[in-house]
Amino acid sequence: MNGSPVSHHITPVRTYVIIFLTLLVLTYTTAKIGEIELGDWNFVVAISIAITKALLVILFFMHAKDSSNLTKMFIGAGFFWMMILILVTLCDYISRPWQSNPVWMR
Amino acid sequence: MSTVLEQPRVQQPVNYLNANYGWKSWLLTHDHKRIALLYMFSITAFFFVGGFFALMMRLELLTPPGDLVSSDTYNKLFTMHGIIMVFFFLVPSIPAVLGNFLLPIMIGARDLAFPRINLLSWYIYMLGGVFTMWAVVSGGVDTGWTFYPPFSTSYSQTHVILAALGIFVSGFSSILTGLNFIVTVHKMRAPGMTWMRLPLFVWGHYATAIIQVLGTPVIAITLVLLGFERVLHAGIFDPALGGDPVLFQHLFWFYSHPAVYIMILPGMAVVSEVVPCFSRKRIFGYEFIAFSSLAIAVLGFLVWGHHLFVAGESMYSAMIFSFLSFAVAVPSSVKVFNWTATMYQGSISYETPMLYAFGFIGLFTIGGLTGIVLATMGLDVHLTDTYFVIAHFHYVMVGGMVMAYMAGIHFWWPKISGRMYPENWGRFSALLVFVGFNLTFFPQFILGYLGMPRRYHAYAPEFQVLNVLSSAGASVLGVGYVLPMIYLTWSWFRGPIAPPNPWDARGLEWEKSPSPPPTFNFIERPIVTEEAYNYARPAEVPVGG
Amino acid sequence: MADSPVTIEHGGMGPDNSLQEQFDNSEQQYETSTLGMWAFLLTEIMFFGGMFGAYTVYRFKFPEAFASTSHWMDLLLGTVNTAVLICSSFTMAMAVRASQMGKKKALIWFLIFTLILGGVFLFIKGVEYHEKYVEHHIPGPSFQYEEAAYAHTAQILFFLYFAMTGLHAIHMIVGVGLLTTLIIMAAKNRFNANYFTPVENIGLYWHFVDIVWIFLFPLLYLIGRHA
Repeated sequence: MNGSPVSHHITPVRTYVIIFLTLLVLTYTTAKIGEIELGDWNFVVAISIAITKALLVILFFMHAKDSSNLTKMFIGAGFFWMMILILVTLCDYISRPWQSNPVWMR
Repeated sequence: MSTVLEQPRVQQPVNYLNANYGWKSWLLTHDHKRIALLYMFSITAFFFVGGFFALMMRLELLTPPGDLVSSDTYNKLFTMHGIIMVFFFLVPSIPAVLGNFLLPIMIGARDLAFPRINLLSWYIYMLGGVFTMWAVVSGGVDTGWTFYPPFSTSYSQTHVILAALGIFVSGFSSILTGLNFIVTVHKMRAPGMTWMRLPLFVWGHYATAIIQVLGTPVIAITLVLLGFERVLHAGIFDPALGGDPVLFQHLFWFYSHPAVYIMILPGMAVVSEVVPCFSRKRIFGYEFIAFSSLAIAVLGFLVWGHHLFVAGESMYSAMIFSFLSFAVAVPSSVKVFNWTATMYQGSISYETPMLYAFGFIGLFTIGGLTGIVLATMGLDVHLTDTYFVIAHFHYVMVGGMVMAYMAGIHFWWPKISGRMYPENWGRFSALLVFVGFNLTFFPQFILGYLGMPRRYHAYAPEFQVLNVLSSAGASVLGVGYVLPMIYLTWSWFRGPIAPPNPWDARGLEWEKSPSPPPTFNFIERPIVTEEAYNYARPAEVPVGG
Repeated sequence: MADSPVTIEHGGMGPDNSLQEQFDNSEQQYETSTLGMWAFLLTEIMFFGGMFGAYTVYRFKFPEAFASTSHWMDLLLGTVNTAVLICSSFTMAMAVRASQMGKKKALIWFLIFTLILGGVFLFIKGVEYHEKYVEHHIPGPSFQYEEAAYAHTAQILFFLYFAMTGLHAIHMIVGVGLLTTLIIMAAKNRFNANYFTPVENIGLYWHFVDIVWIFLFPLLYLIGRHA
């Protein structure tokens, strides 16, 4: 029952080290920027950095870059579905003040 | 079918039933077919427990005043009826019984991708059942199966956390089954079994599995938050403390609406197998039915707000949910049209599975159309929380899903048990179920429209006639469900031995696998060379059959 | 240890080089197991997603209360913990790499480092929770909040803080248990260049738990300090 050998891509240590150091730098950066007052931009910057860090972990540490398209589709679907939950629910709350309902209905 | 005589006890070929004996070989099995039977017994037991609560409710509702049970008890009856029927019968039923049994065989595999996780899934389901039954015998829960706060978090004096724990645990059973199915369909298909050659039963279960995997975790976390809130009273869902009860409803229905598609898609999957067989014709519009299953799975995640129309969500949100709820009806109707077109100019025969399939198509259509009525916001304001809603969902769940389950059990009974059930009893029961069901639930549409609210144990006297009709129907329906228990059990031990393909159907389970199948499903590994539902050629006979 | 990309031919054989009976070949077994782990991680995304949803709604509804409670988060400890987890992801990735190359000693050491870093994270979390306890910020009967105007809402926000970080910590504890199992299995020579599937899959789980924290950190510790 032995099948064909699995060909598996082994990431070089150098790549892992570069990604690791990048992640540390991004962590330091986001913490430092977090101390500066930027108003609404704090949110945008922090989340953008978080997304970048997550992508680096997914693509390199979790080997998604070298995985099948099916795996990539699974990952995309997961995040997409979570965004549906969060954003569509949020739309309800965002649009409530647009109504001219009596106060007790808001 | 009655020409198959009961044969004397001869040496039976080794199949999954007689491969080993003893309780350990069943309780520690890896065989997906044995696990399917374990599920079959459990969900049947839960069905009758949930049915008992329904019986009590219909007895109470024979008379306008609340004279059989107190209102608190009545609250517990409808809550436990809902919890058990939804989470312990409907959600697992077809996938855990028929899906587990048939999916690997239909794709030409020896078992699911993760057989031990499949077994674990059953144990987790049973553990969830134990917690829930513990809640029942400790006095029940009275919040409704929907657990709305702040009543469930701050006022109910019943075992909310225990029941929520039971549901939480059983959710993982559903998640693991779904995960197993998805990976199996991607990775375990036999040579030549391309996606577009898969039986529609498999497409339906794949779509169901997507919903199970992506939706169930959300109710899990929601119940966890509910449980902690009940203990800590931090206020997350409590308006008196700054929280929003509607947030709970958003999170709850994000799963519970797609859950109804978890319940119906497998039923549609069964009908897509039964109709071509008893019309002797290839299914019409294979690709449309396959993709409509996926469309229902995806769109089904976008409509949950239609349960919140009068709860206080913004009307802009409500309008979008209403529109999307209309949209999700389209793929369902595509299926109904395609099943009908399959039957057109086919050679129809009226065996029990086909009778149930007919029932499904008609009753699901009525249920679905009344769903559109409810999705219309203006109408929903009048109809919400009335018996109209109850009638709607029982038409799709009982008239649809349960009939599909009966269709599937009867259709694949020869494959599962190696025996034939008595056809005339089957037909008679199907007729009883159809008549009993309509008598029970059609009057409820009228009652709802006239304004009778749901979840009340007393009602205005002018509603009595319709309620009595409904309760009478329920007794007929009950008989219709008990009869198969009797004759199917009888047939397991005494029924005529079934040939491998008594229906002359097409598909790997009929043409490449004996009845009952051996432990690893096939004597020879099948290689698929043609499309599904090829009723134009004669059936093949399986090796070893 | 080669520094350029290496493609190694091997079979994803089962333990003791055996194949589970439902599979046709070792490649199918390996790919199936990994796909199964990814599917499981999808369910975890949705599990945490429900709480991210609740968090988003309440942050939107109560920006001032949110800004107020944000100041009670210990930015230094949070940042250190983020760095700790990133280090642990690095050591985990190196562990998987060692197992792919059949290097038992390196595998065990990297797993041990990952385990230690996970333990450090949990310890620091414990310190933070203790701070909250002392400040009476744990939701429940003993909750007290310094700014009376936000008293009710603050309790909801702290509830969400504990729910999100608590669920994450539970996943970390499970991860620590899984790592311990891996170390024991590796010590018993269960893995080789032909079979390392559990290391890879538990690695995926560990990285996922790291990613959850990568998002929790800004949402709980950074945003809202200035809203």
